[in-house]
Amino acid sequence: MPGKAADPYQKPLWVRFRKDLRQHYLAYLMLIPAVVLIFIFHYIPMYGILIAFKNYKPKLGILGSQWIGLEHFRNFFTGVFFPRLLRNTLWISIYGSVIGYPMPVILALLLNEVTHLRYKKVLQTISYMPYFISTVVICGMLKSFLSYDGLFNALGRMLGNPPISYLSEPAYFPSIIVWSGLWQSVGWNSIIYMSALSNIDQQLYEAARIDGCGRLRQAWHVTIPGIIPTFVILLILGMGSIFAVDSSKILLLYGPQTYETGDVFGTYVYRIGIKGGEFDFSAAVDLCQTVVGFLLLILVNWISRRTTEQSLW
Amino acid sequence: MTVSALSRRNRHSHIKNGSTTANVIIYTFLGLLSLIFLYPLYQVFVCSISSPSIVMARNSLMLLPEKIQWGAYEVVFQNKNIWTGFKNTLIYLFLGTCIQYFITLITAYPLSLKNLTGKKVVMIYLTITMYFGGGLIPTYLLLSQMKLINSMWVLIIPAAANVWNIIIMRTQFVNIPDELKEAAIIDGAHDGILLFRILLPLSGAVSAVLILFTSVGYWNMWFEPMIYLTKRSMYPIQSVLREILIDNNTSMASAGANRNSQAKILRETADQAAVYHLIKYANIIVSTVPILCVYPFAQKYFVKGVMIGSLKG
Repeated sequence: MPGKAADPYQKPLWVRFRKDLRQHYLAYLMLIPAVVLIFIFHYIPMYGILIAFKNYKPKLGILGSQWIGLEHFRNFFTGVFFPRLLRNTLWISIYGSVIGYPMPVILALLLNEVTHLRYKKVLQTISYMPYFISTVVICGMLKSFLSYDGLFNALGRMLGNPPISYLSEPAYFPSIIVWSGLWQSVGWNSIIYMSALSNIDQQLYEAARIDGCGRLRQAWHVTIPGIIPTFVILLILGMGSIFAVDSSKILLLYGPQTYETGDVFGTYVYRIGIKGGEFDFSAAVDLCQTVVGFLLLILVNWISRRTTEQSLW
Repeated sequence: MTVSALSRRNRHSHIKNGSTTANVIIYTFLGLLSLIFLYPLYQVFVCSISSPSIVMARNSLMLLPEKIQWGAYEVVFQNKNIWTGFKNTLIYLFLGTCIQYFITLITAYPLSLKNLTGKKVVMIYLTITMYFGGGLIPTYLLLSQMKLINSMWVLIIPAAANVWNIIIMRTQFVNIPDELKEAAIIDGAHDGILLFRILLPLSGAVSAVLILFTSVGYWNMWFEPMIYLTKRSMYPIQSVLREILIDNNTSMASAGANRNSQAKILRETADQAAVYHLIKYANIIVSTVPILCVYPFAQKYFVKGVMIGSLKG
């Protein structure tokens, strides 16, 4: 207990443990459910990764199946799908970042200029709204709007364009994912910048005004430097998940016609593994993605700690 | 006159005189932007109550409803799949959120104690799973081996120990002043009383945030039900919607609808596709309006949640 124990560091571990066990048996009891659940649902699947190195036969089980080493990995890296998956994953991820990182900042900067508080509040509430529409409904709406007889073709027709079935066109697929993602999350992601803006010292603005800065120059010299740290941290940390494209929208919207530009690691693992039943091979693909993602996260975290003194751990 | 009063006046006058044009531009631009957030759902609503043939002729591009009819809503409300979906979602949401929250509480408490022997080991044990996991395939194989496929518990038990929530709750407990905890201990409180009588009542806001985020997660959940549930009677609402909106399963959309309501919208058009469009739109509205009615009131907790999440990150 705080302040009670004389100096616990001098007693051996088991003595301290026995004392704590007597005093805090209830606390130890409380830890059991989470420890057990995490063991079953997180650590056992880690052991299950072994099937990536095996010729998995459900009858023989994970241990009984034949060990084939890196064959699945070799097949994957030399196969025809690897370049396409890598290209699509990186492209959707980078395209999404280029659009998705600056836009919330711009929205926050504009909202910050609104001095009418009620109007600001209403605008903010509206901008969060898409975030609360479920993924399935968003994709359902996209499917309707982008169909041959949908809204986007109505607009296209006014401009004299022939109707297109947008979702069957590989060329449009990444843009559909990225821009609809922006619509969903730009307002939500601006929240963090709004709070960074509210933490800027008002005296800085006063000083800038006294120095004769107009509105634009105040924004340039005070507001933007005030949110750059937040932006940089989010950007650096975001780079760590560049291989972890959120595949749920892709999974709902893509089809064989758009595999060429839309198929990413996540969707491939699902299609080959869960639907196709090639558990061993798809687990190998998944493992590649996890390992690369994990290494990237460590790298990015290291960069972040060196440059901004902020890190995940 | 104090400096701040002076500056307030300055700022005020600067807005009034200096940047009226800028204000008009910014206010108008943000106003138009919020229309982009609002229009898609508005459009879906307008089409859902208009005449199917007009909607079809206009490619769904409508500003006001025309020849109002509510037939599509009759079809939705008579569809027993929708009602079962809502009911199932509520069951999963309620049980899942309660269990996860309870486990979060009882795990966070021991981890928040000072000098509890073994605490660090458990923290590391939990934290590892945030950065590394078995992935989709081993988890799927494990859950099918545990005979959890087609059981509602598959959506609840594996998610019951959420490390992220546990760490946030632990931080909250640690931040509660020691004096309060010590006073309770002097009064003879043991761990259970300390947690549920002292710490829990002081953690209302953080609890609200965690419970809200878990609930929204359950409301939106569609991927896990897709791979783990095959019985339609167990589908949560998002799975029902997925079949109606994404897979265009017409029998799913009109199951149990009596012929009259179908006939009413069909009377003026024989075009099945046009009617199905409207039914889809009505489904989108019915499934989205409940959450849109709730989120503005829960907004401050969500905003708080974003801040908590980013502080950790």
